[in-house]
Amino acid sequence: MSSITTLKYTLQLADNVLIMGQRLAAWCGKGPILEQDIALTNISLDQIGQARSLYQYAALIINNMPAADKAHLFNAPLLQEKINNQHTITEDDLAYLRDAWDFRNCLLVEQENGDWAYTVARSFFFDRFQYLLFTALQKSTDSTLAAIAEKSLKEVQYHIKWASEWVIRLGDGTDISKEKMQQALQARWEYTGELFAMNAIEQAAMQANIGVDVSSLQQAYQQQIEAIVNEAGLQMPTAAWMQTGGKNGVHTEHLGYMLAEMQYLQRAYPNMEW
Amino acid sequence: MTQVSFEASFQKKIDEEIMIEPQDYMPDEYRKTLIRQISQHAHSEIVGMLPEANWITRAPSLRRKAVLLAKVQDEGGHGLYLYSAAETLGITRDQMLHQLHTGAAKYSSIFNYPTITWADMGAIGWLVDGAAIMNQVPLCRTSYGPYARAMVRVCKEESFHQRQGYEIMLSLAKGTPVQKQMAQDALNRWWAPALMMFGPLDAVSPNTAKSMEWRIKRFTNDELRQRFIDVTVEQIRILGLELPDANIKWNEERGHYDSSELNWDEFWNVVKGNGPCNKERLATRVKAWEDGAWVREAASAYAEKRKTKKAA
Amino acid sequence: MSNENKEWPLWEVFIRSKAGLDHKHAGSLHAADAQMAIENARDVYTRRMEGISIWVVESNHIHASNPEEAAAFFDPAQDKIYRHPTFYNLPDELKHM
Repeated sequence: MSSITTLKYTLQLADNVLIMGQRLAAWCGKGPILEQDIALTNISLDQIGQARSLYQYAALIINNMPAADKAHLFNAPLLQEKINNQHTITEDDLAYLRDAWDFRNCLLVEQENGDWAYTVARSFFFDRFQYLLFTALQKSTDSTLAAIAEKSLKEVQYHIKWASEWVIRLGDGTDISKEKMQQALQARWEYTGELFAMNAIEQAAMQANIGVDVSSLQQAYQQQIEAIVNEAGLQMPTAAWMQTGGKNGVHTEHLGYMLAEMQYLQRAYPNMEW
Repeated sequence: MTQVSFEASFQKKIDEEIMIEPQDYMPDEYRKTLIRQISQHAHSEIVGMLPEANWITRAPSLRRKAVLLAKVQDEGGHGLYLYSAAETLGITRDQMLHQLHTGAAKYSSIFNYPTITWADMGAIGWLVDGAAIMNQVPLCRTSYGPYARAMVRVCKEESFHQRQGYEIMLSLAKGTPVQKQMAQDALNRWWAPALMMFGPLDAVSPNTAKSMEWRIKRFTNDELRQRFIDVTVEQIRILGLELPDANIKWNEERGHYDSSELNWDEFWNVVKGNGPCNKERLATRVKAWEDGAWVREAASAYAEKRKTKKAA
Repeated sequence: MSNENKEWPLWEVFIRSKAGLDHKHAGSLHAADAQMAIENARDVYTRRMEGISIWVVESNHIHASNPEEAAAFFDPAQDKIYRHPTFYNLPDELKHM
């Protein structure tokens, strides 16, 4: 089994939670009420924490690789040069020095926050997936990934509770909130198909028994989403076409702006300690 | 008891350092002063989230991002504790927010200054939180129970805030020349506004005397300001940065550092709303509140429906 | 429904910090309903591992003794020191009681 597979699989997991956490962090100070501002920040902090564990593991894999194996890992020249010059790679190198085409997060998490309903819808769809994914990933033969999955799962259980309750609350709240929630579910649903479309990294990781067969999670996902949507008195969203691309490095325009913001200091003042 | 004896027993309690609790008798003026001070303090916490929240998405490392996010979140929590303390005095949080949004209530002027480089995160944590802590620690013994208890919690949680700020400054000051320059620039910009956080000079401070008598305040503005200058000068030296004020000099006779007179004209203008970010900060808070109205309303409606369903 | 007067109710939060201890008043918060109040309490008051169990009660359901009656309520207990074990003189030789 190649460590490149583990590396790429780990990075994909990490990218999802980093981008999601970064999006939610932008709510800080602007929530509809203090208590919920704090709740959302907790979720963001969980996700950034998960991202850090995963990037740290990915960095370790890179640092332990023979030079020949890692000569062409990334498109981003800043990072690849660092690797080629035998620098010790850190979590921050991986988060800050890769460009959009190196990121493998799904399109769903990079979508804009929009209003509270859009934020809830995105979290609702993503957290439910994370729950199924991490549940299965606990059985990974890679003990580090299994351990991260186990720890993260406890956090995600709270996240899905938070998101599901808000879907129900808004769906069964006022006429305005019902309409907004319905609209948001509908708008974000087209990004959920990609979650279950296996890309090459996931295929390889599954065959090596380190990764999860995400296509097998879709039925349970659909059922669980539907149960909450029904409880909220809303219609299941539909999509004529599911958007894909993020998992193969082909992103929506949003990611470029996000990275420009997130990575700006590391790019403007490279190779410094902060 | 007559009104006079109520007041006498109230002042006796204060003098004996017995805490006043929500249902106890208190003079109207005491209640009003507390509401003003606590709500102003709470507003400062939540408006104070904004200049730092600016940099969460741009933090230069994942560790710094997590720490900053946790810190700004704490400030939201502190605002919440303080609003709760004020609510025991017979005002609602919505009423206080209304006062903030309409400009009737003030918040600390420091948050009307812009955060323009990453070093500002260091300077705010170190100087602004440092000054706040110096103001707040005596308030843990303030005479009103709920306020004192809120402040105990706030102070406990804030102990990491100043450290994380100083740590940022330390990394920059020991870093590359451009990082050191960034740190110096931030120190220079935040120094005077931080000193102004202690409020106007005692000689012109309208509320100090009564607040001292009621033990709402425990030290005067000038006392706390001097104490802050004395400890911070040493901290600047350890960073290896230049002093932000050429007139800072040890005064052997006073046993304190002397420093330049502050620009009180600027201070009063920022208080009046003419600071660089007054309008923007307030607009951001108002927008968040208004954008959230339908969300809060939906949750209320949902809770109401469930209650009726349960009762049926 | 007007949103002006529709503030979420205030709740009092009680936290058990570890197994075997009583729930203790931690503070208050606003929430639309009890479930949300518990979750808000988790997010606001247990971020630093302060708790393992949470109680919430709507603030307007709390009934308190009247401070004006405090003397009548509590002073009479002051001279009943015989309720405390230290009131009793026992010989030093007695080791276990």
